[in-house]
Amino acid sequence: MFNYYFGLALRSLRRNPVLTLLMVVTIGVGIGASMTTLTVFRAMDADPMPHKSQQLYVPQIDNWGPSEHTMESVDKLEDQLSYIDVVALMRAHVAPHQVAAYATLFALTPANREMKPFKAEGRATFTDFFSMFEVPFQYGGPWGAAEDESHTPVVVINQELNKKLFGGANSVGRNINLDDHDYRIIGVMAAWNPMPRFYDLTNENFAKTAQVFLPFNVAIERQMDSWGNTNCTHRNDGGWQGLLESNCVWIQFWVELPTSMAAHRYRVWLNNYAAEQQHSGRFHWPARTRLRNLREWLTYEHVVSDETRILVLVSFSFLLVCILNAMGLMLAKFMGRAADIGVRRALGASRSAILAQCLIEAGVVGIAGGLLGVLLTVLGLWALRGVLSEQILELTHLDPAGVGIALLLATVATIIAGLYPTWRAAHVQPAWQLKAQ
Amino acid sequence: MEILPILSAMRRNKVGAILVAMQMALTLAILCNALFIVQLRLANSARPSGVDEANVLAISNQWVGNPPDESAMVRADLAALRALPGVVDAAVTNAYPLTNSGWGDGVNLNPNQHEATAHMARYFGDEHSIAAMGLTLTAGRNFRAEEVVDHERNEATAPAALIVSRALASRLFPAGDALGKVVYTSGNKTQGSTIIGIVDRLQAPWVGNGSWAADWVENSALEPFRYVAQSTYYLVRTQPGQLDAVRRTAQQTLFEIHRARVLDKVQSLTEARHEVYRDDRGLALILGVVCVILLAITAFGIVGLTSYWVAQRRRQIGIRRALGATRGAIVRYFQTENLMIAITGAVVGVALAISLNLWMVSSFEQHRLHGAYPLIGAVVVLLLGQLAVFGPALRAASIPPALATRSV
Repeated sequence: MFNYYFGLALRSLRRNPVLTLLMVVTIGVGIGASMTTLTVFRAMDADPMPHKSQQLYVPQIDNWGPSEHTMESVDKLEDQLSYIDVVALMRAHVAPHQVAAYATLFALTPANREMKPFKAEGRATFTDFFSMFEVPFQYGGPWGAAEDESHTPVVVINQELNKKLFGGANSVGRNINLDDHDYRIIGVMAAWNPMPRFYDLTNENFAKTAQVFLPFNVAIERQMDSWGNTNCTHRNDGGWQGLLESNCVWIQFWVELPTSMAAHRYRVWLNNYAAEQQHSGRFHWPARTRLRNLREWLTYEHVVSDETRILVLVSFSFLLVCILNAMGLMLAKFMGRAADIGVRRALGASRSAILAQCLIEAGVVGIAGGLLGVLLTVLGLWALRGVLSEQILELTHLDPAGVGIALLLATVATIIAGLYPTWRAAHVQPAWQLKAQ
Repeated sequence: MEILPILSAMRRNKVGAILVAMQMALTLAILCNALFIVQLRLANSARPSGVDEANVLAISNQWVGNPPDESAMVRADLAALRALPGVVDAAVTNAYPLTNSGWGDGVNLNPNQHEATAHMARYFGDEHSIAAMGLTLTAGRNFRAEEVVDHERNEATAPAALIVSRALASRLFPAGDALGKVVYTSGNKTQGSTIIGIVDRLQAPWVGNGSWAADWVENSALEPFRYVAQSTYYLVRTQPGQLDAVRRTAQQTLFEIHRARVLDKVQSLTEARHEVYRDDRGLALILGVVCVILLAITAFGIVGLTSYWVAQRRRQIGIRRALGATRGAIVRYFQTENLMIAITGAVVGVALAISLNLWMVSSFEQHRLHGAYPLIGAVVVLLLGQLAVFGPALRAASIPPALATRSV
């Protein structure tokens, strides 16, 4: 029976090629537009560590008091910590794993003197960074707590830099020269480029992974300036030491807490810490702290841009117009065949048979529209690459799930568009149609 | 005209008419909100920075390590850059416009204020900066060479003198008497800074949509500091047409003076503008394309549906023609029918457009829709409907009256 209806549907669609084409294009364009924006939205909104996002937390401490905050802050808390608090939190070691980090910038002088020095983005951090964020390694591995303690000048470099300097060979044990100092390579990362770059959302959300990772204590000892945001209530006037002693916030801090119980305990401890700062006279205001997990943090830091939200909104409204349009066209098409349907009904076809036939016809349009929609999505993403900035390029890949969503969306859209016309067609009065003949 | 018969015909075909009206309403709502965003973004990205963008070249300079005599090295670099053929002037700074990255500060009228009177971008410079950026000094004077002192990165010395943008001057002193006044930055608060000059316009670096500087993007100040740090920017203004030549010679010269450095992000401010507004242009382009497709889809939908209605009413049209209705009357019938649907759609659409905008205002950093947009959108939608219906209406008019006499 299905084959018969399918044949009927094809024949009917062929009879009105312009109308059919119009319906398919309408659905296809609607799907293409909404899937293009949805793909970018999904990539921006993605959970970069789905299996661990409930265990990674960012602590925030109000170290400026209620009357001071940066303009972007929605809750009068800053998204980074001061050096004083970082040292205290690291020393207390209340979480099983914890890590402080900040971005820095190097002038890297290649051993090959033919090559000019070039910029290398760095990240100063602790050993736990690599296990907490599950950084994969191509050669070697991360430095350990011993290197952190002893301020050993070792580095982990990323795959891209290893390719550039050593042609991709195992470079563990070799040295690189950063700002006139030699550092021993202890590990080479495999490809690792989480998007959004969740561990540092204070600068660019979709920036690439740093090329060089080095122990935090080495960076502090060698007075490496932060290449990210530094926010202060008062300008610091004591040089590097002044920065370390100031309330300027410029360091990111993460803790890993395996259970919600542990998270609760940490929350209590964090608040006690801030209260102690009040007792000791450092804070002149009641303790205010927050502990957000990775997912909450992504929302808090507004990772999905307003542009993307607007585009998703516009394109889904556009899809709605397309559905209304297809509905009108399908209604016209089915009702144009009211006479046929009347004859079929009079010859004994049941209402459900007509229903099935019309639904199959709508389904064929939907699938054709969906396929066209996937094609247009690929085209749309390709076009986006031409007009949007480089960081967003990473977000314009259509994955199998995306294709699935597109086809599902097309089917749902067509069923919505086809439901009413089908219902109307099924309720054609055979007698009335025959009489009109 | 024949509104009543049209109405009664429509009552028999409610759903079709409602579908068209809803489509037109949505089209209108999307159209005017999208065009409004396009217009805002394009207007934003057309704002001048105050710098002579086409002739200013920026070079990011980063020393390898921290050479002990950075101050002397910077001076040597600047002297060499200024001596290059085709160069008008050159200066060193901590930041420059159209980059979304720089230093901000609060400015106070009293040393012990809690809330800053104004916010501003800080640009370090010397007596050459105004010429090197091509700014227009409208009041007061330039820095003097002896006022300019070295400034390191982690240092809070308050500037003795300030040259402020006109916007900042009038924000601080609305009466227009900023010149000679003393203000306090968040540096050493006991030491004030005297406003010695006013430039016509100098934008802060953060020009992105919804940036923290959105409300004070025109507020900037030049501070008489020679920036001595590992990473700085040289701004080089060239004679018209010389920028590309200077781009090459400048880098060569700098490397000849000192090899252990990285020159990066060598770009004209025109290129910086292009880059910084890339996403705004992209968004405008995408929304523009969506609007065009949207109009096309809606128009084709109306054509399709009207064609069907015409086909459905062939007999009636034939009868009307046989009873003496002219071709014009038939065309007018369909035009009027569409107009009535479109007016309904437009009324709903205007309401929808305004509520969509209000919702966006409350959930995004979005402005209130200008009143003209819904009106323009309504006119566009009405015209679109008339245009789309014209073809099918003509076909209807060509139905011969003899059709009435034929049985099908």
